[in-house]
Amino acid sequence: MALVMPNAVLSIANLRVSFPRMEAVRGVSLALNRGEVHCVVGESGCGKSISALSVMNLLPRGAVRSADHIRFHEHDLLGMSERQMARLRGDKIAMIFQEPMTSLNPAYTVGSQMAEVFERHRRTTRRQALDRAAELLARVGITAPGMRLAQYPHQLSGGLRQRMMIAMALMCDPELLIADEPTTALDVTVQAQILRLLHKLQQEMGLALLLITHDFGIVARMAQRVSVMYAGEVVESGPVEQIFKAPTHPYTRGLLDCIPVPGVTKAGEPLGSIPGVVPRIAPGFLGCGFRDRCTLATAECAETMRLRDAGADHFYRCRLPPNWKQGTAP
Amino acid sequence: MLSFILRRLWLAALVCLTVLVVSFTLTHLSGDLAASIAGPNATAADIAIITKNYGLDRPLVVQFLDWASHAAEGDLGRSYLFHAPVSGLIRDRLPVTLTLGLTGLTIALLIALPLGILAAVREGSAIDRGIMLVALLGQAMPGFWLGLVLIVVFGLDLQWLPISGIDTWQGYIMPGFVLAFSAIPALMRLTRSGMIEALCADYIRTARAKGLSRSMIILKHALRNAAMPVVSITAVQLGFMLGGSVVTESVFALPGLGYLAWESITKNDFPVVQAVVLFLAIIYIVVTLLADMLNALLDPRLRA
Amino acid sequence: MKAAHDTYAPSKRWRLPTFGHFATLLGAVIVATAFLVAVFAPYLTPHDPFAQDLNLRLIPPIWMEGSQATHLLGTDQIGRDYLSRLIYGTRISVLIGVLTVVTSGIIGITLGILGGFYGGRIDAVVMFVITCRLSIPLILVALTVVALVGSSLTVVILTLGLLLWERFAVVARTTTMQVRNLDYIAAAQAAGASRAHILLREVLPNIANHLVVVATLEMALAILLEAALSFLGLGVPQPLPSWGLMIAEAKEYMFFSPWVIVAPGVALFILVLGINLLGDGLRDMLRADLRQWRS
Repeated sequence: MALVMPNAVLSIANLRVSFPRMEAVRGVSLALNRGEVHCVVGESGCGKSISALSVMNLLPRGAVRSADHIRFHEHDLLGMSERQMARLRGDKIAMIFQEPMTSLNPAYTVGSQMAEVFERHRRTTRRQALDRAAELLARVGITAPGMRLAQYPHQLSGGLRQRMMIAMALMCDPELLIADEPTTALDVTVQAQILRLLHKLQQEMGLALLLITHDFGIVARMAQRVSVMYAGEVVESGPVEQIFKAPTHPYTRGLLDCIPVPGVTKAGEPLGSIPGVVPRIAPGFLGCGFRDRCTLATAECAETMRLRDAGADHFYRCRLPPNWKQGTAP
Repeated sequence: MLSFILRRLWLAALVCLTVLVVSFTLTHLSGDLAASIAGPNATAADIAIITKNYGLDRPLVVQFLDWASHAAEGDLGRSYLFHAPVSGLIRDRLPVTLTLGLTGLTIALLIALPLGILAAVREGSAIDRGIMLVALLGQAMPGFWLGLVLIVVFGLDLQWLPISGIDTWQGYIMPGFVLAFSAIPALMRLTRSGMIEALCADYIRTARAKGLSRSMIILKHALRNAAMPVVSITAVQLGFMLGGSVVTESVFALPGLGYLAWESITKNDFPVVQAVVLFLAIIYIVVTLLADMLNALLDPRLRA
Repeated sequence: MKAAHDTYAPSKRWRLPTFGHFATLLGAVIVATAFLVAVFAPYLTPHDPFAQDLNLRLIPPIWMEGSQATHLLGTDQIGRDYLSRLIYGTRISVLIGVLTVVTSGIIGITLGILGGFYGGRIDAVVMFVITCRLSIPLILVALTVVALVGSSLTVVILTLGLLLWERFAVVARTTTMQVRNLDYIAAAQAAGASRAHILLREVLPNIANHLVVVATLEMALAILLEAALSFLGLGVPQPLPSWGLMIAEAKEYMFFSPWVIVAPGVALFILVLGINLLGDGLRDMLRADLRQWRS
């Protein structure tokens, strides 16, 4: 892939994750600079979460991961032992998850769960760790942090829990934050607050943020770069403005047609939808995963599809030329 | 928390009373108690005397109230067989059974918990299958038979352990092990399934994402959540063990409650039997009550 | 992430199915063999299991010194053929297992379905009864009843049947709660079906799978308990060849001829193991996680 970024915080090249009966991720490459927000967007089951978990090496059992490299700064995560990985996790690389309800241990207090990360990586006393936890709770906008520290997860609302998850992830000042659909399980109003918070913290701390989402609205608000995933592949990738301005892959266009864009979508105009569902990719599958749902598919689409350069740091994986027009496509 | 305890106490008292009524009714209605006490060679006159002496001709309710009111004052009646107060007999024998039960429980937990955790952590591996096979074999092993085999092997052939009695503490080893064996399969399976469930939970992934060590994840985060059903089942198993001490104690001739009960049953000494049933029921109720409270401590959600 | 887990998590399903299948098959073979042996016992026994011969006491089994070819497993302390007694013992164990499960099944399932279906007060009562039953020391009460009523096969079966229903009740209750709110039950109610019809024709068939698993567990337990009762002399009366009773009788001689306790013990072990293997296999086939409740 042409995305060579020598100073990248995270760089993934040709990541593949397979399960005994399916290929979840098929050659994903992406890179992320310091202070950058990179969104991976796609429908559920497209492999975006699995890609994110691959970085942390937290894949579910039965998953086999391989890649040319998964690099965090100059360290190759692929070759790291579980012990070395554990030292990075929660310290330099942190992750937050979709379900704040189930992602916290019901048996321990907020304070205990936050403090243990700090104790683990910074070798501090419980007292110091709790002070740090209180500081971060305040930072994520939780009032009366002292009281919250003594509470159990079930005593908090979903929004509070997700704030707490974010605070917990930031305990050790990570350089890279991976957020896997951090707002999907929350109410719409809370979603907006959490996004604003993430955005603010990302800016303040200069975090590299890998944000997994299915929502192009979030992409528009947060990201500098976006990678669109479908059936285990990145089908299109580029700077956000570029993708919104000139989406090239039929799938990206389909996705963007599904959401109203202020100033572009005209009132009364029907929103699009893509018929069909994401296929399950069996081992040995070749070609474009989208071809069964694509109205423009030809025999060519069943062959291995190379990544094409559309210029301006914008890449896509389709037989069609850049700037193809609906209706005129060959 | 307080209302929870009060509610459970009220329920426990009710259960206790019911068990009492049932066991009393059972001993007085199934068969002719007087004839049983009198023995096979008794004449009709003997039986009549016994009926009169023990007040067995009174209505059942009166007999029950009489017994219960005395029992409430600590008077559990007199043993026909030992010619002594039942409460004294129980006081003498209870420590043996409790020691045995706790020995059995300790052995069971020491074996079942680590193996159950190990099986869960290595789910699907040869180790897991091996451990589950042991559970399966253990479940099929008749306890009394295991006891006899142990006596022959360790008591007779190898002469490592005493074959009966509790003159030394070694006397508790074999019976404790036999008793433990009855509880190990259930404890092990439940520990395993609870741990497997906990290890699949989202919060375990969070713990791993925090970079915690493997032992922290397994022993702090997973085990704490898997512990609750295990605590409940441990209480139930302890109850079963004490109940099962009838068999174990008679195999190893240990002078505990179970042996006392068995002797009394075979000799038709029913006041003793009734008191032992009552005691075992109370112990069971108390132990499960303690387990519920322990669970409330373990799970903050139950405290609310 | 949730979706991803749903899609990928069932990895354990494909791991080594052969072991489980083999175990289940083995269990089925053991159980089927036991049933056949029980039914055809008179045609299989080389000797009369009750015939004593005081000249042929405690003959060791065929692989030991001093054995006789006509008594494959030797003879007991009063010269009865051990193999024949063992074969007839299968009858007793199987009979106990089946009839106890039928009795306790009827009690437990009725209670469980009523509690689970109606909920509220009825359920509270059912739960209370279950708690009481669990508080009663099982073996002790069974021993007492048998002692009072007099030992016979019928008494043992009835006693165990009346005591071993609580797991049926618990499982029937939870599973009934799960199916109660399903559409077809509502549909049947809307169609004006009677309560009895709904419980017997709609609820029961839908929880039957789970109950079959419980039945195997209870059958194993009943067989072990009968053996324990008989061992303590308050189960099946002499001279019936109950395996537990055989062990009890052999106990006096085990110091000199240890093999006498081996045969009935092993028989008991194999039969119970077979039933448990079959039950585990059925449970795995069910897959819906029947909560391991005092398994």
